[in-house]
Amino acid sequence: MKYLAFATGLFAATAAVAETPVLTIYTYESFVSDWGPGPAVEKAFEETCGCDLQFVGAGDGAALLGRLKLEGKRTKADIVLGLDTNLTAAALETGLFAETAVSADYDLPVAWNDPVFVPYDWGYFAFVQNADLANAPTDFKALADSDLKIVIQDPRSSTPGLGLLMWVKAAYGDEAPAIWEGLSDNIVTVTKGWSEAYGLFLEGEADMVLSYTTSPAYHLIAESDASKTAAKFSEGHYMQIEVAGKIANTDQPELADKFLQFMVTDAFQSIIPTTNWMYPAVTPEAGLPEGFETLIQPEKALIVPADQADAVRDAALAEWLEALSK
Amino acid sequence: MLTLEKLQIVLDGFTLDADFQLEQGRNLALIGPSGAGKSTLLNVIAGFLPPASGRVLWRGEDITALAPGKRPISMLFQDNNLFPHLTVAQNIGLGIRPDLKLNAAEREALNDALTRVGLAGMAERKPGQLSGGQQSRVALARVLVQRKPLVLLDEPFSALGPALKHDMLRLVGDLMQEIGGTLIMVSHEPEDAQMIADVTSVVAQGTVTAPKPTAALFENPPRVLRDYLGS
Amino acid sequence: MIRGGPGYAAAAFVLLFIFGPLIVVFARAGGGTLPGPADWAAVRFSVTQATLSALFSVILAIPVSRALARRKFPGRNMLITLLGAPFILPVIVAVLGLLAVFGRSGILNSLLDWAGLPTVQIYGLHGVVLAHIFFNLPLATRIFLQAWQQIPAERFRLAASLNMSAGQVLRRLEIPMIRATAPGAFIVIFAICLSSFTVALTLGGGPRATTVELAIYQAFRFDFDLGRAAVLAVIQTVLAGIVALFALKYSRGEGFGAGLDRVVRRWDAQSAGLRITDAAVMILTALFLLLPLVLVVINGINGWAKMPDQVFTALWVSLVISLFSTALALVLALAIALAALHRGWVEVIGLLGIVSSPLVLGTGLFLIVHPYADPARLAFVVTGLVNALTALPFVLRVLIPSLRGSEKNFGRLADMLGLTGWARLRFLLLPRARRALGFSAGLAAAFSMGDLGVITLFADPGSATLPLQMYRLMGAFRMEAAAGAGLLLLVSSLGLFWIFDKMGRGDVDA
Repeated sequence: MKYLAFATGLFAATAAVAETPVLTIYTYESFVSDWGPGPAVEKAFEETCGCDLQFVGAGDGAALLGRLKLEGKRTKADIVLGLDTNLTAAALETGLFAETAVSADYDLPVAWNDPVFVPYDWGYFAFVQNADLANAPTDFKALADSDLKIVIQDPRSSTPGLGLLMWVKAAYGDEAPAIWEGLSDNIVTVTKGWSEAYGLFLEGEADMVLSYTTSPAYHLIAESDASKTAAKFSEGHYMQIEVAGKIANTDQPELADKFLQFMVTDAFQSIIPTTNWMYPAVTPEAGLPEGFETLIQPEKALIVPADQADAVRDAALAEWLEALSK
Repeated sequence: MLTLEKLQIVLDGFTLDADFQLEQGRNLALIGPSGAGKSTLLNVIAGFLPPASGRVLWRGEDITALAPGKRPISMLFQDNNLFPHLTVAQNIGLGIRPDLKLNAAEREALNDALTRVGLAGMAERKPGQLSGGQQSRVALARVLVQRKPLVLLDEPFSALGPALKHDMLRLVGDLMQEIGGTLIMVSHEPEDAQMIADVTSVVAQGTVTAPKPTAALFENPPRVLRDYLGS
Repeated sequence: MIRGGPGYAAAAFVLLFIFGPLIVVFARAGGGTLPGPADWAAVRFSVTQATLSALFSVILAIPVSRALARRKFPGRNMLITLLGAPFILPVIVAVLGLLAVFGRSGILNSLLDWAGLPTVQIYGLHGVVLAHIFFNLPLATRIFLQAWQQIPAERFRLAASLNMSAGQVLRRLEIPMIRATAPGAFIVIFAICLSSFTVALTLGGGPRATTVELAIYQAFRFDFDLGRAAVLAVIQTVLAGIVALFALKYSRGEGFGAGLDRVVRRWDAQSAGLRITDAAVMILTALFLLLPLVLVVINGINGWAKMPDQVFTALWVSLVISLFSTALALVLALAIALAALHRGWVEVIGLLGIVSSPLVLGTGLFLIVHPYADPARLAFVVTGLVNALTALPFVLRVLIPSLRGSEKNFGRLADMLGLTGWARLRFLLLPRARRALGFSAGLAAAFSMGDLGVITLFADPGSATLPLQMYRLMGAFRMEAAAGAGLLLLVSSLGLFWIFDKMGRGDVDA
């Protein structure tokens, strides 16, 4: 009898599992971490979808794309979440992504009409400093002329590092190498990733660190610490727009579309500001969390169109290496 | 019967020739100046060194290519005759079975051997807790349990005092009679040879002489031995 | 003797595990791509910094280990254990600790500033070398300490009876030992530093300090040029292989006789001058190695309460992986070490683990596994295996001399008794290698605790390891909680090391 009961239970369990569709989302590591948006997003979506949402974390945006390229058509991903506009062109080239009908009234500083990728958050790169820093620079030239020390990330291993490269290039074009040469004596060091750089800054190794305009919001909201601000540069600030896309040969096309639609609703968007510390792509009805109004508002949003990103990136990297290796 | 058949040993440009037979039950002393190759000869007989040519036979059977552990031989070295990390009982037991899985009879043999060498009750000690003489006795107890018909001594007692050394040699003599085995020992001292060896070979100038009765040899020493004894 | 069969099998397994993925990456890339001038600059920089780092670590380890070998003082064992800590710390924790001492606003510069002296700048090649010394001096010291203890006490007694001075003892007894030990220590540290990435970049001060591993990153992430990444990985492996062969060739010193395991007393080093020198060497070393650690501990204590529960879950994951990879490392190392008794070059194979690029290795393994199974399911096994391979060279370096010594001193006795195979292992080699086994198990365990498991392609989001959880905290701005996790990591790594090392020492039998 006992055995029978056990066997019945087993079958019931198997049946239950078989009924629940699984949606697999590849994303970057910090999204799935316990302090990222992942857990809350999973909970909110599973409440409505009758499905099992599974995140697979892989490094950062560039690593994510690398993994997708390695897997090719055999990928188990239904959705890839966490690419940015520097990567979308290369992602499209893989031919793995499908167009989607999902759209929304985005609160982005630039117009968005990509048929494949749906944005879920965005931010501006910026140098973060202590609020009491004297003579905070207001543009790259002033920074280069100052004695201030900065920590940046290597564009070859880090997303913000690449962002800075694109920022200088977008703002200065052919003048970019001269800007880098001017900055070279301000750069204390270049780190592998954002965490190391931010850690060094907090330890007092530098006056400023490359991060986002939204970074001070973390200190303000989570730690009630108003001592950090971002420096507003008159050239404008380079943008990062993070997007998600649907894999073409997913076995859950409806569910994937459902998730992408969910992604631009309040339920998802209201999680973003205080977990990913970025601006939501669609401002929730309740507005941004208290504290975000203190952040600097750049005069100008800089961005290199996705289809030109690769070419600009390669040229900018060569200039960067050349200028800083002297 | 041990036969060294046209044995030639070449080591670092030095050669040593031996060609003789040793009857079973004999105690042979190898005497000669240091560096003449006494220990080297033992190492070849024991299988630690291959000879350049010739054969080693035991009871007519060629053992030249056998591994040391497969030869009918027990050997005591100048030092490191005991494993310092094992107990006395384990050290002796390895002479009975290399996997130390002893049955009741074998354990009894081990205890008998311990008693025989005067170390009853010390089975669980480690060599470091024993005196030099006691360590030698443990090694001899192992020779006793090994029951190998050929025993080689490469001056294992040279670190002991004269009285202790004589005790040990006497014990060796007794044990050899009990086992009924053949002994080959390296010696510097004529007295040692005279004490327990009934035959002696002189190792000098690249050759090992055939065994001669010890008493007769020392009464009328050949030239090489006279040179060595310096008389 | 023990036959080398299992050893060659283990070596073949290691080779397969390292070169299999590489071949798969080449196949996927459709062949190699030749590296460009920037890549060659990276190769040059890697070799330069690795050579300098290994050289200084080895040179400095000599006086330190010598002082430790000939002085007895309360807390000596504790000091030896603690000195090992930098080696097993996660890189970023250690770098932050170092910067708290040597950085722009670190203790050193604050003192210099206060004294009105010009401040020093840590970023640059010298900073990279300094950090690598910080990581590897403890390892070199342990290797030398072990070697020093292998000089039998009888030799020092003989030297004392001959009334030899400290200088003569150095020349007659110690220099031959140093000459036999230094090449091995050099190559292990050279290999570790060769594939350095985070340290070299962070303290190198910019793209001038680009190492091969970073060039591989670039080839992979930036250009998705798998062929170039694989070629660079091969270059890195070949470089270390060449140096390893040279080092092994020159490390064939004469061995040292037996001697029972007694405490070594020294009669040549009793003069006040030498006592003061030794004390100064030990105090300076302790300051250099321990001060950054103290600051890591202080930061950690401040962040301890802010640590979320997930950190403790991660601790268990890390402990299990660590024990698994320790067992694996010991089995592989033992088999390879036994084979290396017959053919010394086999050890070189064991060295390949630390120079193989984690990124390329991970990519290759992923390509092999992915068509057949979900990589996340194999995360545990793959992480354990990779950690074991990384620890393999250290375990071998400690184990081989110990086995060789046992064979030299007791090999004939064991042969005579017919101790072969398992019996020889059980009654001769393993008991006599107990100290070496304990020490190397401690190293492997601690090493595996601190390793990030860079194989991110295999990451299993549900079961993060402690270092990964620490990085996640940092990535989520929670630097204080991360510092707490860093302290937990330090304590657990050192704890594991201490337990294994202690088991190895046991009661001293002689």
